[in-house]
Amino acid sequence: MKITNQIKDTTIIITLDGELDASSSVMLDEALSDPEIMTYSKILVDCKDLNYISSAGLGVFISHLQRFEDAHIKLIFYNMQDKVRNVFEILGLDLLMTIVSDYEEAMTIADE
Amino acid sequence: MNNKITVSCTKKNLKQIRDFVTEYLAAYTLSDIQMNQIVLAVDEICANLIIHANNEDPSKSISLSITEKAGIVKFEIVDNGVAFRRSEYKEPNIEEHIRVGKKGGVGIALVNRIMDRVEFETTDRQNTCFLYKKIK
Repeated sequence: MKITNQIKDTTIIITLDGELDASSSVMLDEALSDPEIMTYSKILVDCKDLNYISSAGLGVFISHLQRFEDAHIKLIFYNMQDKVRNVFEILGLDLLMTIVSDYEEAMTIADE
Repeated sequence: MNNKITVSCTKKNLKQIRDFVTEYLAAYTLSDIQMNQIVLAVDEICANLIIHANNEDPSKSISLSITEKAGIVKFEIVDNGVAFRRSEYKEPNIEEHIRVGKKGGVGIALVNRIMDRVEFETTDRQNTCFLYKKIK
């Protein structure tokens, strides 16, 4: 699992590359727990190269979502592969989180 | 075809289990989504056994064997750790998990929704989880 960050003004783009399972999700949790992340107004998660997610990976996003919402930070997923999106859908998380098709749409929603 | 794998109880071995399931199922015509769902269900059970039942103790191990009969694939996962108590299991309320910031507890829900049948059996210190899924 490789996690890279890119900063654009008040937006942080987190790119996930690899497989998010019970082992690798610890890294993601550390990245999202970094106090600096609370200084941005938008967190965009590029899922193009995210090939797999298990409940442990979902759990990391579930556990941080309310904290971001309370701080008015938007968390938006984009470029998600169908098989990964399907895992969000099985639990109904696609209705509770913001998942859009591409970067342009993510930026448009983020600016609303 | 090799249909059995045994790994020690560390989370790093989950990748090996997923690769083993993927390789076994490659002989069948499955969509990307179907393949991913089945691999995920097995991964969730194995992760629970490694982390909760065996406390990530590398001196312990879990075994997975896969068989297919009449279009139904059967996964049998064996360990010697603390048995899963199904009677104590409650379906998670995801919105509540979000509200309180809870990290775990949604894995078995995924397994139940993906697999056609999920069974747990405990006999004299050995636990077996059976997962069944119709694939054709």
